[in-house]
Amino acid sequence: MKHRTEEELIAYREGETKERMEITAHLKECAECREELARIESVFGALDAMSVPDPGDGYGERVWQRIAPKLGQRPTRWWETPFLPQRLAALGGVVALLVLAFLAGRWTKPRIPVADQPDAAKVRERVLVVAVGEHLGRTEMVLMELENAPAQKGQKAINISETERRAEDLVEENRLYRQTALKEGDQAMASMLDELERVLLDIANSPEEVTPAAFETIRKRIEQQGLLFKVRIVKQRLDERKGKPDAKPAENQARDTERKKV
Amino acid sequence: MADGVEGSDAMAIERTLAGDRDAYRVLVDRHSRTVYKMAYRMMGNAHDADDIVQESFLRAYQKLKQFAGNANFGTWVYRIAANYAIDRIRQRNADEVRREGPSRAGEDSLEVDPMSQVRDLSPSPERLAGSSQLAERMKAALAELSPAERTAIVMRHWDGCGIEEIATVLKSNSNATKNTVFRAVQKLRRALAPFLEGKEARAMGTEG
Repeated sequence: MKHRTEEELIAYREGETKERMEITAHLKECAECREELARIESVFGALDAMSVPDPGDGYGERVWQRIAPKLGQRPTRWWETPFLPQRLAALGGVVALLVLAFLAGRWTKPRIPVADQPDAAKVRERVLVVAVGEHLGRTEMVLMELENAPAQKGQKAINISETERRAEDLVEENRLYRQTALKEGDQAMASMLDELERVLLDIANSPEEVTPAAFETIRKRIEQQGLLFKVRIVKQRLDERKGKPDAKPAENQARDTERKKV
Repeated sequence: MADGVEGSDAMAIERTLAGDRDAYRVLVDRHSRTVYKMAYRMMGNAHDADDIVQESFLRAYQKLKQFAGNANFGTWVYRIAANYAIDRIRQRNADEVRREGPSRAGEDSLEVDPMSQVRDLSPSPERLAGSSQLAERMKAALAELSPAERTAIVMRHWDGCGIEEIATVLKSNSNATKNTVFRAVQKLRRALAPFLEGKEARAMGTEG
């Protein structure tokens, strides 16, 4: 008689087999497999023997007392909880750019006739352009890190936890900018940010350690969608909108435009 | 628990999001013990379990706006805690590898032969005299599992989670997750065999 394997019996015990009827029938006839199942069952019995010490009735209150001082005012708006170091750095960068943009605007203003002065919508657009430019810079770094990560022979797992944490922060920023772009009617930017968000989410939700195969899949996806190029092109356009024509030589621009068509 | 708050988690979340920070206390009070039990089983000690609980509720608070209400808050914070526990175990294992040498590196890989990873934990007969030793033995055996296997067995056996739920936490598919559960049971069985069975467990796939 062919005995059932240990794995089949564990699957049976766990209710995760497609051969329930067959195994049940087999067990009726096979004393050895019944004993084997009983031995497997004893493992579960041993698991039950490991109790967890009761943390006590006031446990929830104790947890609350420990975490309450660390909670921000309200988790609803990201700009109200900018306490994470990465976010502080990002926020600092944006604020610095806004100050620069403001000062630059003041210094260069006399050249603009009063009638042509930017209205509120233009100011908002300018703020968005500056902030998204910075955001794209950080995203570009994350994508580049993934694209250029060295794959070592025989490596069983690749740790991308650091990149993952940064992607997680970028997802939040990205969502905000995407919504703002939509409100401002900038469909092209909203669509690019949407595409970016999906990849960032994938990275953020990956296991901290991925197999080389899974890692290669993420990398291929970035390559196939030409995300890095798209990010660079949009970033370059934003730089132009910011009035910084220092971005790239014409030769590179032509190459990027060509890549975008692909 | 805050006075007069008998409503659902959804109401507490809504109030928290509306700026009533104390409303979050209700959620902590309601779900922290469940998370603690899981965290204790994952980490094997109260101190680390406390850390997991606190950090998970902090993270859940910070991400509350992302919680679209499409799942149970208890399930959500449990997942956050399980993921954080996995990270902590990996970190702990990596620290141990750094201290003791590379012999245990890569043990969380799904492709590794489970049999090669069951360290000989055979205790002396005196040590295995009673159920407290069994519990000790089980604790040691659990600590020898990979983070994914430990998560799978904790969620499956003690918390009665379905394969899909475990797969979500492990960011894996259901077939791979089933195999992780089976492998965890096999490893525990081999580690406990001298005590439970008084002999080596039957080799996998034996035909007779």
